[in-house]
Amino acid sequence: MLSLDSKIILMGYLVDFIRQDIRYKDALKACMNCGICTAICPAAEFFDYDPRRICDTVQRGDEESIERLLRSETIWECGQCLSCKTRCPRGNVPGMVISILRTVSQEIGYYKDNSLGQQQTEIADGIGSNILNTGYCVHPDIVLPSKHPEQGPVWEWYRNNIEEVAPRFGANYHGDGPGALRKIDKKTMDELRSIFEVTGGKAFLDGLTSD
Amino acid sequence: MNRYWNEYQKVIADNHFFYERSCIRQTFFPGSEAAFLRILREELDKDIFDDFRQHTCTGIGYHSDIVPLETTMTVVARLFSLMTEHGYKNYVPSCVTSFGVFTEITHMWNEKPELLEKARENLWKACKREFELPENIAHASDIIYKFRNELAKKMKYRLVNRFTGKPLRVVEHIGCHYAKIFPDKGVGKAEFPYVLAGMIESWGGEVVDYPERRHCCGFGFRQYLIQENRGYSISNTKKKLESMEPYEPDFIVSNCPGCSMFLDRWQYTISEMEHKTYDRDGYGIPVLTYEEMAGLLLGYDPWELGLQIHQIQAERLMDKIGIPYNSKEKYRAASGKILRNPEKPANLLT
Repeated sequence: MLSLDSKIILMGYLVDFIRQDIRYKDALKACMNCGICTAICPAAEFFDYDPRRICDTVQRGDEESIERLLRSETIWECGQCLSCKTRCPRGNVPGMVISILRTVSQEIGYYKDNSLGQQQTEIADGIGSNILNTGYCVHPDIVLPSKHPEQGPVWEWYRNNIEEVAPRFGANYHGDGPGALRKIDKKTMDELRSIFEVTGGKAFLDGLTSD
Repeated sequence: MNRYWNEYQKVIADNHFFYERSCIRQTFFPGSEAAFLRILREELDKDIFDDFRQHTCTGIGYHSDIVPLETTMTVVARLFSLMTEHGYKNYVPSCVTSFGVFTEITHMWNEKPELLEKARENLWKACKREFELPENIAHASDIIYKFRNELAKKMKYRLVNRFTGKPLRVVEHIGCHYAKIFPDKGVGKAEFPYVLAGMIESWGGEVVDYPERRHCCGFGFRQYLIQENRGYSISNTKKKLESMEPYEPDFIVSNCPGCSMFLDRWQYTISEMEHKTYDRDGYGIPVLTYEEMAGLLLGYDPWELGLQIHQIQAERLMDKIGIPYNSKEKYRAASGKILRNPEKPANLLT
């Protein structure tokens, strides 16, 4: 990742940095601030979260307001269900605006300014390393009952007996060849890691992880 | 009205499919993916290919913002290269979030050809691979929907309560990323999704309409992945459960791997936290995947489908339909060894 100063010098302004994201044209066209996105938003029911205000801030392009937004917890409260896309009369996608803001916040380091943003390190340590080490985002080996009490006693039973039980469900747990939960072969893993290297995904993850 | 429904039709390929597995479904419901392949090959005589060299689409990483778009695009490009290599043109993801990722990325490639060229360049540089775009992308539930009437003729059971003769009352839950991102990619679009309702009606059941029918299950990506954030996730499921409770559904069916798991597990958690269940008798509302629903009606063994690894047990539902099962087989290993039963929940009856 570039330092904050070099990014600002390179790009000029935060608003330009946001608008040059290739998703921006799909994400925000001409918001009329009707608030339907906020009305339908599951996050707005749970948090003091308001996608209408976020779209207004981004559309207005005021640098100080955008900087406050990028440093805030607010942008980490969206659940990415994208219900907002369905209902917006202008076809905007506030959830995609959030994706852009989160990307920018991480690229310039503002995400570290609040506790919700800092959680990205934990996600990168977990999901990120799982992708690069196993080829899966999620796998039974990482869903530990101690960290997932909500999974209940059936999950604990399944994990404790997975080698003996999974074949009943047609799974190929850690096996070679096709099937659910197979071990992903070395050549495939090498190609997957190479994609992360070539496209900047590895560097992006390295900037977030705790190591 | 028919005029509008015609507008909602989506093209679903007829045969020769490339299957892409789901990380969450493999983790929590591997029997559903096995059932899907069995239904296509054995019941419908279709050709579907399951490549061992596939991998995650990175969808969970992308929507929790730790994987950049360009990386996800190139990962998708590699998956398409496997399809191309084997001569397939019809791509079938098992996961709803994967389906959303593929529709989003192919949309961007169609709108901005330079991004497609960049993905080709990246894939060649990283893997020396090339790819063609699929002619058709359909979610696995679309395929079952397309052939629902053909399957109905082969089914041994129907979604009918054998004691009352009335249709079972079914809540259908569509994963948000199936049609909310690109409504025209879903059967019935986002407001009137018909992909599961069509199966339920064709197989004898009655669809329950309730106020929060379209509400998210609450996965929320980072809102579940981080333990201290899970209040968001359970609150959303609770809102749905409270909304559907007065309608007394016989079961819930979902086309999304995550939603199926959350609607099941959060019922257990709420019962532990608040001593509350959402059926009259304290057993909870069973949650099935659409493959499990189809498999049960086709007469597949419920313990081979994996119903025992749901937290809400399905025996009472199977009793209503008249599906036989052997309780002694429920907790055995593949070798035949009988395993110790799971611990019983404190409040949820099993």
